Amino acid sequence: MTTLTLQDVGYCYPGGKLVLEGISAEVLKPEVIAIVGPNGAGKSTLLDLIAGQKTPMNGTVQIAGQATTSLQRDKLCRLVAHVPQHVPPDVPFTVEEVVLTGRIPYGRGLYENDEDRAAMELALRRTRLESFRDRRFSSLSGGEKQRVLTAAALCQQSQVLLLDEPSAHLDPENESQLWELFQDLRDSGHLIFVVTHHLALAAQNSDRIWLLDRGKLVADAPPCDALRPDRLQEVFHVPFHWNESAEGRVFLTYGR
Amino acid sequence: MAADLQSRARWVLALSISAAFAAAVMCPFLGGLGLDYAKLWRHESPDWNIFINLRLPRTFLALLTGAALSGAGALFQALMRNALATPSSLGIEAAAALGAVTAISLFSGDETGFPLVWFAALTGAVIVVALVATIGHVGRLPTFTILLTGIALNSICTAFILLLHSLAGITKSFQITHWLMGGIDAVEYPVLLMLAISIVPICIWMLRLARVLNVISYGETWAIGRGVDCQRITWQGFAAGALLVGTTTAVTGPIAFVGLIVPHLMRRIVGPDYRLLMPASIFGGAAFLVICDTISRTVLAPIEFPVGVTTALLGGPFFVWLLWSR
Repeated sequence: MTTLTLQDVGYCYPGGKLVLEGISAEVLKPEVIAIVGPNGAGKSTLLDLIAGQKTPMNGTVQIAGQATTSLQRDKLCRLVAHVPQHVPPDVPFTVEEVVLTGRIPYGRGLYENDEDRAAMELALRRTRLESFRDRRFSSLSGGEKQRVLTAAALCQQSQVLLLDEPSAHLDPENESQLWELFQDLRDSGHLIFVVTHHLALAAQNSDRIWLLDRGKLVADAPPCDALRPDRLQEVFHVPFHWNESAEGRVFLTYGR
Repeated sequence: MAADLQSRARWVLALSISAAFAAAVMCPFLGGLGLDYAKLWRHESPDWNIFINLRLPRTFLALLTGAALSGAGALFQALMRNALATPSSLGIEAAAALGAVTAISLFSGDETGFPLVWFAALTGAVIVVALVATIGHVGRLPTFTILLTGIALNSICTAFILLLHSLAGITKSFQITHWLMGGIDAVEYPVLLMLAISIVPICIWMLRLARVLNVISYGETWAIGRGVDCQRITWQGFAAGALLVGTTTAVTGPIAFVGLIVPHLMRRIVGPDYRLLMPASIFGGAAFLVICDTISRTVLAPIEFPVGVTTALLGGPFFVWLLWSR
């Protein structure tokens, strides 16, 4: 099992603007962790730091006991798969070709081998994209594109998956299927980080919430604790309410 | 799918090598002056000399230059993720020309031979590439802004070329004008060997890099997340492009459009995968320039016009058609 440790991690942009400060946390078992917070709180930057896309100004990020800065890029990418918020929408390749980019950390030969193709088939199956395999990525809807990128991350066969707003363009059916997939992956030993603005879905589907506010980790707890209305109101500046439906389901609403 | 891709790649490689080979075999026999094949067979002058010392080296130079310019165009388009990125639009060709014109202006006629002009053109190309890459890296600029920076550097280099041109005496001025017209002339075989030694290993490196170039076209963030060291590849790619363009421009002078239209045409034919596109661009560019050179020296024979005229006259309208038909 891959573990992840953040020790007093801080980051500021080259201009000197502080984005993250004193982030410390530890994940020792497979979990779905939702990273939430207002715009500009540092959520995407935190994912970039875990993925090794950015180097922390302070502190260390350790994956499987090794600092990300000490790992070779290929090796790091076999441990962590990162799906950024934006990928050029006009990428001129097919779904299969996009998914196979996940195999680059395993070898730079000109062509993919049987192992690569087996990983791709598994990723397409898990994301229910088999029928899309020959479609051009640029011809897909926003939600379908997101599923393809998630499939590419799965094809990378990393134990840690970092997804930056993966459900931003998805309809309710695809969104709930994606969260189900995250839970399946967690059950098979993956550690999943999902940046999201959908607090209700995060509360419903994640094991833990990391709540960020102005670059600080203000809560690292199970949803019922991290998403307390008073805490959320302090961070988002709007009132939040936990409600219960007639069927006994608990859900989160916000607004005056 | 991969087996299918490998088989397609083999076909593309075989066809593009065949096209370059066919052009290289046929074009030396074409020209304003008809060759007497009996004399050629018996190695008799002047036909044998014309063939061996003029047409054959010229064909080899066109092959190498076409491959280098077209390959560099495909490489820059991949690294910059912009279809308009070429050695010309990044200012590399103009910088190589400035280096060469400076050498021609500053040194006497006897000294301005191949090694000096070559070194000067290469220096110019390397300086501009380093400048463009550093500006892009330090400012973390988007590729479009880097391209605009390249266009600005292109204008600055052109301004200095004009300044040197206007300050030069009549003889130098003629020499500069002749060089700036760009053309495939007969060169000595040792020069061709030097060019081949510079160009062929870089082309092989570009062919081997094709899968990584595909991933770079998804954007830097995606490529880094797949383990690609984008910064290193970009620097290496810019250095390779500068070497390709600098070394060939030093010998031929600036030749427009090859780095733009050949990769675009090949993209239309073989698709966007660099495992197919790169070999098609390299060998297609070689064939294209040999054919353009043959047109330049045969259409108005015995008058020859610079090959850059043919590439621009064929390439310009073709490129407009490509843009319209997208």
